[in-house]
Amino acid sequence: MSDVSLTVNGRRVSGSAEDRTLLVHFLREHLGLTGTHVGCDTSQCGACVVHVDGRAVKSCTMLAAQASGSTIVTIEGLSDGAELHPVQAAFKEHHGLQCGFCTPGMIMMATDMIARYPEGLDEATVRAELDGNICRCTGYHNIVKAILAASETMAKGAKGKAKQAA
Amino acid sequence: MGIEGVGARVARKEDKRFITGGGRYVDDMVVPGMKHAVFVRSPHAHAQIKKIDVKKAQAMPGVVGVLTGKELKADGIGNLICGWMIHSKDGTPMKMGAWSPLAVDKVRYVGDAVVIVVADTKGQARDAAEAVEITYKELNAVVDATKAIQSGAPQIHAEAENNLIFDWELGDGKATDAAIKSAAHVTRMKIVNNRLVPNAMEPRAALGHYDKAEDHYTCWTTSQNPHLARLVMSAFYNVAPENKLRVIAPDVGGGFGSKIYIYPEEIVCLWASKKTGVPVKWVADRTESFLSDAHGRDHVSTVEMAFDKDNRITALKVDTIANLGAYMSLFSSCVPTYLYATLLSGQYNIPAIHANVRTVYTNTAPVDAYRGAGRPEATYVLERMMETAARELGVSPAELRRRNFITSFPHQTPVIMAYDAGDYNASLDAAMKAADYAGFTKRRADAAKQGKLRGIGMSCYIEACGLAPSSAVGSLGAGVGLWESAEVRVNAAGTIEVLTGSHSHGQGHETTFAQLVTQRFGVPIDSVSIVHGDTDKVQMGMGTYGSRSGAVGMSAVVKALDKVEAKAKKIAAHLLEADEGDIVIENGEVKVAGTDKSLPWFQVALASYTAHNLPAGMEPGLKETAFYDPSNFTFPAGCYICEVEIDPETGLTEIIQFVAADDFGNIINPMIVEGQVHGGIAQGVGQALLEGAHYDASGQLLTASYMDYTMPRAADLPSFKVSTSNTPCPGNPLGVKGCGEAGAIGSPPAVINAITDALGVVDIAMPASPATVWSAIHAKKH
Repeated sequence: MSDVSLTVNGRRVSGSAEDRTLLVHFLREHLGLTGTHVGCDTSQCGACVVHVDGRAVKSCTMLAAQASGSTIVTIEGLSDGAELHPVQAAFKEHHGLQCGFCTPGMIMMATDMIARYPEGLDEATVRAELDGNICRCTGYHNIVKAILAASETMAKGAKGKAKQAA
Repeated sequence: MGIEGVGARVARKEDKRFITGGGRYVDDMVVPGMKHAVFVRSPHAHAQIKKIDVKKAQAMPGVVGVLTGKELKADGIGNLICGWMIHSKDGTPMKMGAWSPLAVDKVRYVGDAVVIVVADTKGQARDAAEAVEITYKELNAVVDATKAIQSGAPQIHAEAENNLIFDWELGDGKATDAAIKSAAHVTRMKIVNNRLVPNAMEPRAALGHYDKAEDHYTCWTTSQNPHLARLVMSAFYNVAPENKLRVIAPDVGGGFGSKIYIYPEEIVCLWASKKTGVPVKWVADRTESFLSDAHGRDHVSTVEMAFDKDNRITALKVDTIANLGAYMSLFSSCVPTYLYATLLSGQYNIPAIHANVRTVYTNTAPVDAYRGAGRPEATYVLERMMETAARELGVSPAELRRRNFITSFPHQTPVIMAYDAGDYNASLDAAMKAADYAGFTKRRADAAKQGKLRGIGMSCYIEACGLAPSSAVGSLGAGVGLWESAEVRVNAAGTIEVLTGSHSHGQGHETTFAQLVTQRFGVPIDSVSIVHGDTDKVQMGMGTYGSRSGAVGMSAVVKALDKVEAKAKKIAAHLLEADEGDIVIENGEVKVAGTDKSLPWFQVALASYTAHNLPAGMEPGLKETAFYDPSNFTFPAGCYICEVEIDPETGLTEIIQFVAADDFGNIINPMIVEGQVHGGIAQGVGQALLEGAHYDASGQLLTASYMDYTMPRAADLPSFKVSTSNTPCPGNPLGVKGCGEAGAIGSPPAVINAITDALGVVDIAMPASPATVWSAIHAKKH
């Protein structure tokens, strides 16, 4: 058994898990955070993407014990309070989801992607960056649209904040 | 239309839970005392089971139970069935081989379930599953349907000699042969429709819970039709009587057909829960899904299409061999027959059609309906033939299609279907315009200057949706009726719940069904809730498949709304002392037309439940139920155009543009309809370019993970240009036709027509992977 201590969605948590427990199973089964999904066994589908210390990580590629000491954000902790995160809002507005199963991973990947391209995104970049996330419902059309829209919204928000600071 | 009514692009009500991690899928369910199951599956494609030894497994840590097919049979659990009877042309019934939920004497495909292991954790169950010792005697296997029906092939079921399940025909063989004999031109092709794995992103899962105190069972399952699951598990598998079995299909992560069927695992989990005394949960891993989910397509056809001297089609003759896998899945028999051969007239006037279909057992996973189910196979046959014929006849593909379009309705085809409405020239025109078809010659020349090969291809599809008139499908062999039910429950304070037997697993029913209510009564969409997916909440239902939720499910809602509206008007007329005929309901108010007398909607609802002042003899309450049985299929149709560019150095095909022009009749929510088309096209393009399930000769599935089976990813696809035209369906109250499958039906031939156009070859196999395309280029050179 391994002791696991994490900060998840701003909350300190600790527990004990079988050594072979993957981070995704620790989140789902020990912490009840079932928004993170398991869609494959080979780290191909991306339904389990969470943020580990600020970076998008497939939580099926990591043992819970390996993640111990890390700060994790899951889909449940992406927005602070009642307001949706701009990426969540864009997925809803642009119909970027159907069955919803790949959606948490897509949204966590998209927020990471937008953060890594502060200068903005184009369609080809978004499609290339989504290489590790599979969706079977949407044909990606509206996911791409939603990510581009969220990227613009967040860039405007950042500019607004920068102006306020100045 | 209002901003939330019919025709509006209303953002989905269900989205909030999905985008915040609040979706509730079967794997998210936790029941006190719940244990975890792992299935021991056959590693052999064909073998006798000589001995099963579970002693070691039973002694492993955390193990609660290790159960076999013998114990299952001893408890009277029945075999799985195929629910659609097909008779061969000699009058004999289809040869259904026994399919035990856990194999007893013999295994017939890699992945066949043999033993269930239940333990405290999934890891422990997995460890114990490794310790189950099964002695097999391997038998020769056959995976190719064309080989399986040859004499001397391994015999898979004793019931089906030479593995032939049925040899069925439709249409007038003599007239077809005569027309081919006297034709001015005959186009001939062998057409292969590749085998696919549906791959809903949520793997299948089941949680069975037997409550001893109540003698009652609950099954949470990844199902597209929980009521059908309850019926079949009760009536045929003898798991529990219907009144003691609750089936819940909560949020379901995509289906595409693969979650219609009642599989061994949910039956076994329910039975194992009673046997072990604990709730039992099983969740497939992805490789298990590849091995044991019902696959799709896998047809080989020989086709002849005859033309007169004016390039009019005079006959079509199709001889198809369909691989049904190791067992007959629930609807497997109707897919290559009544969902396939009945669509072989396409959008065309064809005086004579004959189809012969042989279905065959092989040592592969069962094959059943996958998005489109039979109609993609029919469309692929027809639209590949039209393309090849146009090239042979030296006319443009568009011109050949136009010459043969059906232009007057209703139209009776020679293969059962009576098309009710359509305008095929309109969708062809719209697609050609959107694709700038006229500018293609220049684009091709420009690409050639860059050393690239450009091609363009089209496909004009028709499908039959809204399954289906119960008496009609009953006469054709269906074991069930294909109506739908709805209940509209107006609560005392005026909010409304709609209970539907349709099931949403991505289609957005919680929004579109609510739009119908908002449209009818003018109440805010937030005051309307859609309830589905639970046999204890919703009285009856037949579920969601075959693009039936709009045409059938919504029509049932409309019927129930009609009854509620009529009663509400009676109550209002009584309260307002007006004539019932003068009452109108709009914007959340119940008014007397032409006066200023009105009541808010909620007061009428409240009055119905206080029952202090109702018309004489009226029952209290405002809640109505309706069943809707369709009068005909609906016939969505459209034209898809694909333009590709191929790099001859690598064989890589890039989709430059993909245009879809569909006629779905009236549309409730265009945003959701477009989303359905996008997803369908992605699956169709996946079939044409990327996807293929491959078994080796010994029956091992070589493509059993996402590292081997190529799923379409974002960079494989362009953004799509989609549009709709509208000839309303005259057969249902909303004039809707269905949009869920069109994309997957219409797109594969458009892609392959474009690739063969680019390469200047007659045919290329699906998936047209870079290796396949590269080989075709080089075969042509040498």
